[in-house]
Amino acid sequence: MTIQTHQLTKRYGSVVAVDGLTFQVLPGRVTGFLGPNGAGKSTTMRLILGLDAPTAGTATVGGVAYRRLRRPLFQVGATLESSAVHPGRSAHAHLLALAQANAIPRRRVDEVLGLVGLDRVAGRPAGTFSLGMTQRLGVAAALLGDPGVLLLDEPVNGLDPEGVVWIRTLLRGLAAEGRTVLVSSHLMSEMAQTADQVIVIGRGRLIADTSVAELVRCGSGGHVRVRSPHGDRLAGLLRAQGATVQTNTDGTLLVRGADASAVGELAARHGIALHELVAQDASLEEAFMDLTRDAVDYQPPQTTRAGRAS
Amino acid sequence: MATATGTAGSPDPAAPTPSTPIARPPATRPLGPDLVRAEWTKLRTVRSTWWALALTAAGMVVLGALFCARYGIGGISPADRASFDPAAWSLSGFFLAQLAVGVLGVLAVTSEYATGSIRATLAATPQRRAVLGAKAVVVGTSTLLVGVASSFAAFLVGQAILAHKGLQAHLGDPGVLRSVLGAGLYLAVLCLLALGLGTLVRSTVGATAVVVGLVFVLPGIVGALPSSWETAVIPYLPSDAGQALIGRTKFAPQGLHLLSPWAGFGVVCAYAAAALAAAAVILRRRDA
Repeated sequence: MTIQTHQLTKRYGSVVAVDGLTFQVLPGRVTGFLGPNGAGKSTTMRLILGLDAPTAGTATVGGVAYRRLRRPLFQVGATLESSAVHPGRSAHAHLLALAQANAIPRRRVDEVLGLVGLDRVAGRPAGTFSLGMTQRLGVAAALLGDPGVLLLDEPVNGLDPEGVVWIRTLLRGLAAEGRTVLVSSHLMSEMAQTADQVIVIGRGRLIADTSVAELVRCGSGGHVRVRSPHGDRLAGLLRAQGATVQTNTDGTLLVRGADASAVGELAARHGIALHELVAQDASLEEAFMDLTRDAVDYQPPQTTRAGRAS
Repeated sequence: MATATGTAGSPDPAAPTPSTPIARPPATRPLGPDLVRAEWTKLRTVRSTWWALALTAAGMVVLGALFCARYGIGGISPADRASFDPAAWSLSGFFLAQLAVGVLGVLAVTSEYATGSIRATLAATPQRRAVLGAKAVVVGTSTLLVGVASSFAAFLVGQAILAHKGLQAHLGDPGVLRSVLGAGLYLAVLCLLALGLGTLVRSTVGATAVVVGLVFVLPGIVGALPSSWETAVIPYLPSDAGQALIGRTKFAPQGLHLLSPWAGFGVVCAYAAAALAAAAVILRRRDA
């Protein structure tokens, strides 16, 4: 089953939370749903789940609008941003009510509790759970109906390292079984280790829909770090060649638009000694920052590249 | 609240597929009974439900007994004796029970909005009107059962006390059974009105304020209006329309004619129906 959105748009008053999003999430792989906080990821997920109604456009799961599904937990499992559990109700009762609403047998409740490692605390009020345990309860709820489609909103938040590895393994396992898995995150590095495909949005708009490998290539590329006793002269020469150069406070130069060999040859031609010459590939995180730079809503003034280098 | 860490077991590294496949129910299986089961699970697994039901019963029985014990201390005039309705008087505890069932009806839905669990509920069942219907069945039935049972208890205790003053009524007397069942019925329908208001308002505090305003405050405000308005409006307020069915309790408005019993109950039902109908429309249209 495929998740499909077409020109999906959601406006809250004058604020456009989701703006003409069209994308497809295919089965058999983990698709990361990335964007800075406030980019519209959670809103998009709520629209897919029929919780919010779109202002324009459509979202379908397996070709059907979610609101038309009967007992949807058999097709779609989701964890939502907020904990979405009554703090006074036990984990077991929370899951049991969801199971009963969809005519899922009671034994499956115990099964998913075991699956996420909450079986021993199943009778305790959910309000006493740590954030990580609450996240796992959410995952248990998503797995109740053994669905072919999973939507997980920031599932890694609050998990300890062991839990992070667990959820990563779980998601990959679910995808390997041929399920459609959409996972939102604002952390590129996390998705790099989990996702095959990434959908990047910013300010509600689609920025990229690509494989993880492709995303790195799309980014602005790496930079070269150079240290030289004649840094100013070298910087001038590099700029004349069309490269971008920033001088750090410790005197090292950050060069973009010229690779390490070009910098080294230029220095040699002009007899400039180099004390250090390091090529640095763009990290996935940087590629992500490059993509979403213009799409971050409230940007602190010091996070632009020039600002960081000064 | 203490946070538990490290006491949870380790997640199962095995594949998440169920050990045995889960049979999907046939498409023809009706949603209603499943949703009622789910809503009952939700209702019975929070403590506030039991507090509200306990307060309903205690309000009916204890308060009723107190009012019966205090009646006629210092002498009863023949006129008072002639207009005294011993059955309704012993059910005067309904006044407090109104608050308890009102809070129960409100919380059945506002606690879902407060905790965010409404999203899990509506994602599990996109048929939102059916969810509201199941909530109505569950809170309505619970308050009806507890309301009728505590009404009978309040009647029996109250009459035992009034018997010492030679004032007691018997269940077989005309209108007495109607009074006793009526108190339970009224509380159940009031709970449904609160459920509808809770769905419309969403916030626990806001919805409780509306219920308290409608049931407890409005009669006092209307009482300040010119008397021609007062006689025209008061019988149609929820609490007074409900008392038309129960009879002249301690809280019946002085010197005013109430509606006939079933007309009064009809008015209460109309309030609840209007609130639930509006709630059904809004719930369907509104973002969760």
